[in-house]
Amino acid sequence: MKVLEERLDARIPDGPLDQKWTRHQGEMKLVSPNNKRKYTVIVVGTGLAGGSAAATLAELGYNVLSFCYQDSARRAHSIAAQGGINACKNYQNDGDSVRRFFHDTIKGGDFRSREANVYRLTELSTDIIDQCVAQGVPFAREYGGTLANRSFGGAQVSRTFYARGQTGQQLLLGCYQAMMRQVNAGKITLFPRTEMLDLVVANGRAIGIITRDMVTGKVEKHCADAVVLATGGYGNVFYLSTNAKGCNVTAGFRAYRQGAYFSNPCYTQIHPTCIPPHGEHQSKLTLMSESLRNDGRVWVSKTPGDKRAPDQIPDEDRDYYLERIYPSFGNLAPRDIASRAAKRVVDEGRGVGPTGVGVYLDFRDAIGRLGAQNIAAKYGNLFDMYQRITDEDPYKVPMRIYPASHYTMGGLWVDYNLMSNLPGLFVIGEANFSDHGANRLGASALLQGLVDGYFVLPYTIGDYFARFKKLDASADHPEFDQAEARVKDRIRTFLSINGRRTPDSFHRQLGQLVWDKCGMSRNAEGLKEAIARIPEIRQEFWEDVKVVGSGEDLNISLEQAGRTADFIDLAELMCRDALAREESCGGHFREEHQTDEGEALRDDERFCHVSCWKSNGTDPDPDLILEPLVFENVQLATRSYK
Amino acid sequence: MNLTLHVWRQKGPAAAGRMVTYQARGVSPDQSFLEMLDGLNEELITKGEEPVAFDHDCREGICGSCGMVINGVAHGPEQTTTCQLHMRSFEDGDEIYIEPWRAEPFPVVRDLMVDRSAFDRIISAGGYVSINTGSAPEANATAIRKEDADMAFDAATCIGCGACVAACKNASAMLFTSAKVSQLAKLPQGQVERKRRVLNMVERMDQEGFGNCSNYQECEAVCPKGISTQNISVMNREYLRATLTGA
Ligand SMILES: Cc1cc2nc3c(=O)[nH]c(=O)nc-3n(C[C@H](O)[C@H](O)[C@H](O)COP(=O)(O)OP(=O)(O)OC[C@H]3O[C@@H](n4cnc5c(N)ncnc54)[C@H](O)[C@@H]3O)c2cc1C
Ligand code: SF4
Ligand code: FES
Repeated sequence: MKVLEERLDARIPDGPLDQKWTRHQGEMKLVSPNNKRKYTVIVVGTGLAGGSAAATLAELGYNVLSFCYQDSARRAHSIAAQGGINACKNYQNDGDSVRRFFHDTIKGGDFRSREANVYRLTELSTDIIDQCVAQGVPFAREYGGTLANRSFGGAQVSRTFYARGQTGQQLLLGCYQAMMRQVNAGKITLFPRTEMLDLVVANGRAIGIITRDMVTGKVEKHCADAVVLATGGYGNVFYLSTNAKGCNVTAGFRAYRQGAYFSNPCYTQIHPTCIPPHGEHQSKLTLMSESLRNDGRVWVSKTPGDKRAPDQIPDEDRDYYLERIYPSFGNLAPRDIASRAAKRVVDEGRGVGPTGVGVYLDFRDAIGRLGAQNIAAKYGNLFDMYQRITDEDPYKVPMRIYPASHYTMGGLWVDYNLMSNLPGLFVIGEANFSDHGANRLGASALLQGLVDGYFVLPYTIGDYFARFKKLDASADHPEFDQAEARVKDRIRTFLSINGRRTPDSFHRQLGQLVWDKCGMSRNAEGLKEAIARIPEIRQEFWEDVKVVGSGEDLNISLEQAGRTADFIDLAELMCRDALAREESCGGHFREEHQTDEGEALRDDERFCHVSCWKSNGTDPDPDLILEPLVFENVQLATRSYK
Repeated sequence: MNLTLHVWRQKGPAAAGRMVTYQARGVSPDQSFLEMLDGLNEELITKGEEPVAFDHDCREGICGSCGMVINGVAHGPEQTTTCQLHMRSFEDGDEIYIEPWRAEPFPVVRDLMVDRSAFDRIISAGGYVSINTGSAPEANATAIRKEDADMAFDAATCIGCGACVAACKNASAMLFTSAKVSQLAKLPQGQVERKRRVLNMVERMDQEGFGNCSNYQECEAVCPKGISTQNISVMNREYLRATLTGA
């Protein structure tokens, strides 16, 4: 690893924090309305980030090409988000404000995010609710007809808007519908069941992508004036995660190979309230919304190895450990804190359930206080889902939960304009690194996706077009042929190996290794071991993977192979990043760096920066560039939720 | 447990399809139906055969991707999505017949995968509120009765899976279309385009080749989100109103 001297310019506007965005907007150059139709933008991804961006760009007059791997834009992974979306409207009159939301987010991210980005996120949060309500998103309401709120981990105010347990679905349908309106108007061309397999860069600028039609197998070139990646997170590197099965890192990783910087890959969020794993055939883990922690109480037995049924364990033998250790936040402690606390009690042998890997989330008291009917009205669909999966009735027996990989704070590096270091390549939503630092507070990912797509990118992309000379880009560029050749070559290689093992078996093996060595807690020894093991897995993969069928066809094993290959390379980068960051912060817990009480111990002297990795081609040893984080408006403090 | 699976295999939209029999062994009752199929696919790939193609993504019953007809019933025996169906609903030794959605407007892409893009085209015909980004009024400026919000929400939970179409003898898309029509008709935001919306969406639905509703109620019986056929009555009323009074 070489640390380069290069300085990364995040292009943060001058001036006081609360005026940066407004001033920047005023200073940005505009593209005149009749010129907008001369520009074409590729948007990869139709989740909250990509969907809202595509709809808005088209509405402004740009031509949009929209890509996703699902059969319809409406099925992007954002649809699965349950809990809610944050916005500091202060409707509850409980003292919320942009400042407070900003502070919670900076602190929640363990002081590893950019002040200016976070401030803008919280500032624009209020507009998002207006926008979604106007679209007809049916948020929960009070009897008086006003919007309802609830609270989420890491906050002491109620600032989360929700639509039962299906907030992501309703928000996504809102922007999908806005997109379909533009499809009807002829401004968006849809490419569903199409996978982006490479990025095309010419003279340092992103000018297009290479895709594979997942039905016909056709490899195609698409040229545009800018490329927007809204391709989501890479949590599936662990194989088991709460992410949809198709979530992958390919788009981001191919861009990294073409020169885009990958930032903070080791920051992955482990969510505390998932249904525990049960068997070796399992394909994914299911999240139980964090909102359950508003009413559910988390506990385990005080004595290790206590095998009694939960209703046989009297209160004095129970350890409500979150309430005990973190009295002011209790069951609503932030995710990283709650996850590690669960791991500790399980490691002590106090875990519950048949596998001993799990803790209780108990609604007994809430049902006693509010009645089963009220609990059903609030969480009914979540309880049903739990019952369907576990065959246990959570109204009678406490739920069992355990942490699982959920969200990735790392991603491609972007500046304040959401542009990567490659001009013309923009990255939004979970695919970028920018807003959440080392830990994301609940209900802020949906917010970020929509803020990026509806309110930030549409302005900043115009500024880019107005400042840079328009490209005479066409798919005839030699770089397109090279990129196409790279893609075809890779496909041919996969098909020619004809080994013995399925792509999925490699993915599972890789996932277990990364979970063990670079999961909820890490140490130098384990990380070094993983960095030594991953190249072995890679080598075996490229010698022994079995991909059946042909390239000119719908081919599931080919898709899996491509994604697994990129996960293998990403896993190595993650471990290198985790090893280099010799401190603990947020979701990144290095065992060597903890307080006497087992809490994360940051090292602001040495690590108050963003790590940006620059690929050295296929050489697995990348270079590191630092973006120092400057805090002018908050004081770096040890996080405490006690 | 051990099961005998009869799976529809079809290379492409134009190719002829047929049922192929496979044995699934050592299936755990805690596995989901799709995990059981994953197991079959792993075996097929290892043997050098092509895996069974089916759509899926979230595996949480919310994205609407998955869907197959299991023993003659859309999504199988449990009125949930296929991904949320668990093998404990079956017994050791069972024979299971697995087929794709069968409806002309949903051509088979391959095996159990069908093309549901007709649904997208119905939405693009008017299933939205025409509001431009950045010009929205303050959210709490219009109060909406909780009952209305809840009713709109009930309709809005449709995941676009297409089971309603697959279950209907006429391949009618009324349940899907009406869910969107009545969601937006319930809300103040949806009023301006109310008439035009229903006319355009119904027209599109017909163009796509979906059949009419003749009240079999099969759609409601299989809908994993419990979308009510009352929405169809709402849509019929909306449609009538729009044709009588002009859009
Ligand atoms: C179970 C669950 C619950 C959650 N609940 C909440 C919550 O309550 N509140 C909250 O704020 N956040 C929540 N989150 C997090 C949040 O849902 C995500 O961070 C967010 O939706 C990501 O949105 P996105 O638009 O960036 O990406 P996604 O929605 O993941 O969209 C990615 C898009 O990229 C496309 N794509 C990816 N790769 C390619 C490729 N190579 N080629 C073509 N297309 C590609 C996909 O087709 C898809 O359209 C939850 C996450 C999970 C897993
Ligand atoms: S109405 Fe029900 S069955 Fe039909 S598409 Fe919607 S969710 Fe699926
Ligand atoms: S896979 Fe998403 S609903 Fe079944």
